[in-house]
Amino acid sequence: MDMKSLYLLIALSPLVGSIIAGLFGWAIGRRASHVVTILGVAVSAALSFKVLYAFLSGQAEVFNAPVYTWLTVGGYEFSVGFLVDSLTAMMLVVVTFVSLMVHIYTIGYMQEDPGYQRFFSYISLFTFSMLMLVMSNNFIQLFFGWEAVGLVSYLLIGFWFKRPTAIYANLKAFLVNRVGDFGFLLGIGLVLAYFGGSLNYSDVFAAAPALASKTIQIIPGCEWSLLTVTCILLFIGAMGKSAQFPLHVWLPDSMEGPTPISALIHAATMVTAGIFMVSRMSPLFEMSDTALNVVLVAGSITALFMGFLGIVQNDIKRVVAYSTLSQLGYMTVALGASAYPVAMFHVMTHAFFKALLFLGAGSVIMGMHHDQDMRNMGGLRKYMPITWITSLLGSLALIGTPFFSGFYSKDSIIEAVQLSHLPAAGFAYFAVIAGVFVTAFYSFRMYFLVFHGKERWMEKKDDHHHGHDDHDHHHGLGPHDKPHESPWVVTLPLVLLAIPSVLVGFFAIEPLVYGSFFKGVITIHGEAHPALEELAREFHGPVAMGVHAFTSLPFLLALAGVVTAWFFYMKAPQIPAAIKQKFSFVNQILENKYYLDELYYAVFAKGSRALGTFFWKVGDMLLIDGLVVNGAAKLVGTFSKLVRKLQTGFIYSYAMTMIIGVLALMTLWFSQIILR
Amino acid sequence: MFTNQLSLVIWAPIVAGLLVLATGGDQRANLARWLAVAGALIGFLLSLPLFTGFDNLNGGMQFEEVKPWIASFGIQYHLGVDGISMLFVILNSFTTLMVVLAGWQVIQKRPAQYMAAFLIMSGLINGAFAALDAILFYVFFEGMLIPMYLIIGVWGGPRRVYASFKFFLYTLLGSLLMLVALIYLYFQAGKTFDIQAFQAIAKIPLNVQILLFIAFFLSFAVKVPMWPVHTWLPDAHVEAPTGGSMVLAAITLKIGAYGFLRFALPILPDAARELSWIMVALSLVAVVYIGLVALVQTDMKKLVAYSSISHMGFVTLGLFMFTGSHLNQWAVEGALVQMVSHGFVSAGMFFCIGVMYDRVHSRNIADYGGVANKMPIFAAFMMLFAMANSGLPATSGFAGEFMVIMGAVQVNFWYAALAATTLIFGAAYTLWMYKRVIFGEVSNHHVEEMADVNKREFLVLAVLAIAVLGMGLYPQGFVEKMHLSVNDLIAHVAQTKL
Repeated sequence: MDMKSLYLLIALSPLVGSIIAGLFGWAIGRRASHVVTILGVAVSAALSFKVLYAFLSGQAEVFNAPVYTWLTVGGYEFSVGFLVDSLTAMMLVVVTFVSLMVHIYTIGYMQEDPGYQRFFSYISLFTFSMLMLVMSNNFIQLFFGWEAVGLVSYLLIGFWFKRPTAIYANLKAFLVNRVGDFGFLLGIGLVLAYFGGSLNYSDVFAAAPALASKTIQIIPGCEWSLLTVTCILLFIGAMGKSAQFPLHVWLPDSMEGPTPISALIHAATMVTAGIFMVSRMSPLFEMSDTALNVVLVAGSITALFMGFLGIVQNDIKRVVAYSTLSQLGYMTVALGASAYPVAMFHVMTHAFFKALLFLGAGSVIMGMHHDQDMRNMGGLRKYMPITWITSLLGSLALIGTPFFSGFYSKDSIIEAVQLSHLPAAGFAYFAVIAGVFVTAFYSFRMYFLVFHGKERWMEKKDDHHHGHDDHDHHHGLGPHDKPHESPWVVTLPLVLLAIPSVLVGFFAIEPLVYGSFFKGVITIHGEAHPALEELAREFHGPVAMGVHAFTSLPFLLALAGVVTAWFFYMKAPQIPAAIKQKFSFVNQILENKYYLDELYYAVFAKGSRALGTFFWKVGDMLLIDGLVVNGAAKLVGTFSKLVRKLQTGFIYSYAMTMIIGVLALMTLWFSQIILR
Repeated sequence: MFTNQLSLVIWAPIVAGLLVLATGGDQRANLARWLAVAGALIGFLLSLPLFTGFDNLNGGMQFEEVKPWIASFGIQYHLGVDGISMLFVILNSFTTLMVVLAGWQVIQKRPAQYMAAFLIMSGLINGAFAALDAILFYVFFEGMLIPMYLIIGVWGGPRRVYASFKFFLYTLLGSLLMLVALIYLYFQAGKTFDIQAFQAIAKIPLNVQILLFIAFFLSFAVKVPMWPVHTWLPDAHVEAPTGGSMVLAAITLKIGAYGFLRFALPILPDAARELSWIMVALSLVAVVYIGLVALVQTDMKKLVAYSSISHMGFVTLGLFMFTGSHLNQWAVEGALVQMVSHGFVSAGMFFCIGVMYDRVHSRNIADYGGVANKMPIFAAFMMLFAMANSGLPATSGFAGEFMVIMGAVQVNFWYAALAATTLIFGAAYTLWMYKRVIFGEVSNHHVEEMADVNKREFLVLAVLAIAVLGMGLYPQGFVEKMHLSVNDLIAHVAQTKL
């Protein structure tokens, strides 16, 4: 099999599964639908592993070729085409592996749902779209994939389309993402206009160095660097998709979707598309320090301030969602520090442990009969041992426990930021280091509330129904029910995800971050942005890094976070309540998510509707129709009234008029003859 | 296939329409319907050789036919299509077939006359696109409005008289001025009404060009419709039956834009360039202002009508993207793609609204909610058209907007930025409507009683969906036909006539 067919097979097999389950799911039934979609993704995953192996062992060559011509304009060809290099290969494995786990998990999770086939069709379609996104060799296909994953995200957040909150959340997600896409598309426009008329990555990157000092006037009189403007516009796209402040507001609400897609789309893969995109564009971003500073600031605000919000959540999924936001902030910070390989490394480790945490949360939700409120949980470790252990491993990875995968990626980010010379790096360093404590605190707050302590559903009052995750007939556990461990289709993916969550960092850090894996794929200008080079000098293997960490600040902060959480929620639960009371103002702000939703709603949603109403009622109805159109009609009416007076109805007055007319015409005629 | 292919494409539907009329009253309604489908199908099949037999390497007119008509005034029966008009002839023949199918059971009152009106209109519209003689064009251009008046006036809603009156008032104004302009050009071109001879006129002073441009503008801008002469469209759509709305949005609007392309730009290049900033401004107003107006509509048809105006803003924007004296190729071809795409998408949207209207007899968004529970197949199709209307990549709605925006960036960043707001507004008004109508719990007993699409509706939806996806995934198939004609147009417009 030649490489092109191989890559086509990787991309298309989930699509085939999706089409079969989507169009013919009603005919072939549930079992066949999940078999065919899982088969499609499994083929994809197996081949992706093969591709990654080839790249790791150095046998593979970069593949860059068009598949078919989408459009030609003005002599330029725009194709759907594949670029498969080490960066793509890594993303292929992450996407297909997590997707496969989620597919299997879904068999258990969506068991009772009437939209079973539709769900499988959507998640396979998502896998296809995401693969097209990461395999693209040009901006147009990137945008195609970008929008396609947005579409599937929209469809899946609103999967339970009867629920008002779900269909509010999916519309919001789509529109906020569209704001990002607005910038992204303009960025692509600038690329097309100034980078030699091509949208292929290789052509654009080749043209970039010559444009280093080119300026354009966006606002007359202001000369701005072309690369800075382009990169910032592209990054606005990433802010939408990867939920960076201030375009992050859609991600927490996206938890309205079923839990498997929260794991797949809103944690492991789609939301990292922005990180992937910026890494892909490293030859451009490296040429603009201004853009990198913007990236740093957006990332660090997201990393720290979204972490705070995780502390006050009571819905188990929302805790994980805010944690995802915060971790995406970490990745963005790494991009800003020009440590693209580190960012991609964190994308990978985060994909495993965050998918694990989400799926674990889903398992807990199933065990609790679709109750998501952590205040009703507690002591679940007895009833759900596999979920308990795997969630613990995931949490340890998330907070950066030495030797766990999350430790290697997150510590590398923190150190890279520390070594960055950009002006914004100081603030970013503070944010990521403070974030370590916050992360550990909210993670173990959740862990203790869910798996340890009193079994609070026993004492729950009957009116306390927070059943949230579909199935209207489910209302959480009653006082006499017992939680149960989930079936094997649910726990198997947990176990399979727990393995890389623990191990992958140890083995991957050396080749990925300090080795030659990303060589020639990611560009870093060492003189201007030496962070990663300096980091490499300090690196003495994963064991040394792990051992050294026990005496470092991040570890101590993480430990402090865990201990505080244990003390607050296991030992002295009156303390958090007292704090809440004492600092009710802060609590209020956090519980209302800094009031950003309210602000956006008031300004953008209400504002545009008010403006629309004004244009409609005043512009269209009053001025154009009322004044001009109907005015003209009235004018005609008035004129006809005048003319009507001429129509007397008497024969002789008509005859008289006729005679005058004939006379006038004859005069005209004769005068012309005479004049000639 | 035939030597006089274009004549066949024009007259076959008209003859079919007359045959349908001859079936008479309502008692032979089914015969009329079948005859109409046969006529529309034959019309569509006859138009296909124009596409398959089209020579991509020839930017000029193809399938030409010339016969003397009124020799004393130099008026000829001159037909021909280039890579631009050919696409619209096919789009029109295609839409007619869809419309006839769409009106199958829905129209119970005088079905023969209804079907005949559409067939005759289809022939006349083909004539307008294929005419290379200005008077011939004028006759077709005005003639096609008569069936449209009748369709709105006879099968329309309660305020149909106001709507047709408004439409009439708007159109009358421009048409007469255009006739004056044509007569002026007749003398300048050496007593001929041949459009290509008009385009070949070497010298026209700028002030005359501007006056002529205004005359053409008033006629064509109303049809597009451009802001601020757009207010007839929402009223016409609301009152028109489903088929009428489909043709109105898919085809009739395109004739206005086509007029700019065939007359105003090549005949008056200097005026077009001088006034392009006005055209751009009006187009951007259409995109932004009308996009916001669409957001607050409570009537689904009005919403889609405003959305049409907003999308047509992209067309006029793309047609007037000048850098110096050169039109931007991206933008022009984008405008053309947008025109064809909007034909598919708006037909799909109006048909979807028609399907719901037939069941509930309301166009109000508030009267719906939770339709997906009762009509899942329909909901899936409407999702596709809604996404295409929001300009999602891989649907036809994206290709045109994308190309125009890419062209606009090359001319002026702010043009592109304002145009690109459609990414947000377009999605907002379309998906917000979709949410309120389709999603949610079943909201009332009317929705409760809705049955999913029948086979005929499924056929129309599926064919339109294939067109929307096909053009989105492979716009090249359309664009390669128009390249050389667009190049010719750009080269022609670049030559000053001062």
